[in-house]
Amino acid sequence: MSRLGLRLVALGYLALVLLAPLAMVFWRTFEHGLAPVWSSLSDPATVHAFKITLLLAAIAVPLNTIFGTVAGLAIVRGRFPGKGLLNAFIDLPLALSPVVVGLALYLLYGRSGWFGGWLTAHGYQVLFAWPAMALATVFVSVPFVAREVIPTLRELGEEQEQAARTLGASAWQTFRRITLPSIRWAVVYGVVLTTARCLGEYGAVAIVSGRIVGRSETVTLRVDASYQTFDPTGAYAVALVLAAIAVAVLVAMTLTKPKEQTA
Amino acid sequence: MSIEFRHVSKHFGDFTAVDEVSLSVESGSLTALLGPSGSGKSTLLRIVAGLETPDSGEVLLAGADATDLAPQKRNVGFVFQHYAAFKHMTIRDNIAFALTIRKRPKTEIHDRVDELIRLVQLQGFADRYPAQLSGGQRQRMALARALAARPQVLLLDEPFGALDARVRAELRDWLRRLHEEVHVTTVFVTHDQEEAMEVADRVAVLNDGRLEQAGSPVELYDTPASEFVMRFVGDAHRLGDRLVRPHHVALRREPEDGCIEVEIERITILGADVRVDLVDGDGDRLAARLRRDDLDELGLERGEILYAQPERARVFD
Repeated sequence: MSRLGLRLVALGYLALVLLAPLAMVFWRTFEHGLAPVWSSLSDPATVHAFKITLLLAAIAVPLNTIFGTVAGLAIVRGRFPGKGLLNAFIDLPLALSPVVVGLALYLLYGRSGWFGGWLTAHGYQVLFAWPAMALATVFVSVPFVAREVIPTLRELGEEQEQAARTLGASAWQTFRRITLPSIRWAVVYGVVLTTARCLGEYGAVAIVSGRIVGRSETVTLRVDASYQTFDPTGAYAVALVLAAIAVAVLVAMTLTKPKEQTA
Repeated sequence: MSIEFRHVSKHFGDFTAVDEVSLSVESGSLTALLGPSGSGKSTLLRIVAGLETPDSGEVLLAGADATDLAPQKRNVGFVFQHYAAFKHMTIRDNIAFALTIRKRPKTEIHDRVDELIRLVQLQGFADRYPAQLSGGQRQRMALARALAARPQVLLLDEPFGALDARVRAELRDWLRRLHEEVHVTTVFVTHDQEEAMEVADRVAVLNDGRLEQAGSPVELYDTPASEFVMRFVGDAHRLGDRLVRPHHVALRREPEDGCIEVEIERITILGADVRVDLVDGDGDRLAARLRRDDLDELGLERGEILYAQPERARVFD
């Protein structure tokens, strides 16, 4: 009986905290039928916001996948001074509020910032344009691949890699044929979390983007702008698409992962 | 391929794993590195494979300096205690790994793998994954994998350590026969003196990172160079400043020259042999090992007073 009770508590908690708000968004979106939903989603500003968000993810995800894997390998396998520091720094974006990240970038690339003056003088627009937004997105999504890869590498141990070396494999061949296949699910999980973080980023991007409609507005900023300008249906519709992407990704992960493990 | 260590030392932080070891391993031999845990035997083996680099000294493979040669260029086969099976590959792909890396033609790889699968008796398991094999089977797979590219040296790190006694005995036997067939220079690490004496034709005894003695099993047993070796390769008991092996203790009813008076503390039947635990007047303990027939002839009883005569006792300084 107590096990049933525990289950009910857990499910009730999830329903209250996760499902109820999502259901609310869903219901509100279609409150007035499909037509207003379609018109908000096909609005050129919304379409552009999706494009910008995808561009930011397309920059940040590959960069952080490579960085996270390399940093994970360095932390678990390497012997070098400053290893502990690197390990701690990877977590910094988790501890730091994105608003602070945005502000720091603003100070760095603003007109009077360290890099801002030089860049403006040479005709590069970083702030209030996609480059600054990309920097902010990359920063906030740094930890996820490394955090997934590190425990998996620890658990994997070094023996298989050493065996590959004695069998004639170079360092790169060992990574390609032994290490990477062994950690691939950790990398995939890390990529999914990184992507989710990139799509959902709000605070840092809000500060450095300048929120120019049709130019430097991401999907999350679009949701907020629609809501602030008394267009709740537009806000709900865009929010629902974001939520749907998240759910689709999670379902796809859940369906593929166990199959692979039993192979 | 011969292996030669010249004054090899290796430290891990404050710990001295290998201390000035010089040792020659003849081409084609089957050598055991024997010692207790922490004696440096595994480190020495890993240095041969290039998995560790010595802090000082040299390692020569086939007479050429290989101290700083990368592991993949040494053409050694290494078998790990816990198999180090590639979990995401089938048995066939595991065994083929060294050949795949060397980009050999597909048909050649296929034939060689088939040959090795027969050699290690894993027919029917080629398409399974390591997780579906028993420990003994995984270790045989690891052996086949190490042999695939015809290495000039086969190195085994406590190869049977994780297996149960019966499989262990089987694989020992099998390694011995394999060596007779393939004749590749083989070095294996073990902490089990019986395993070393039974399988190897040369044994190097290590203690605290130092080489105590290297020689044939008979040499080590009959003429140990130190007290450590004498005690490690077989039972030995101290009588004053002498060390004596239990089966070199003769028991008599009447005193003779060089005999000591002892009392029987315990008699243990060990199959065909008997161990008689004795204690002398000073409270020193020793044991005599005799055959059951001799026990019956002497008609020994617990608590009896006898005369023990140590033969071939050794004194070390």
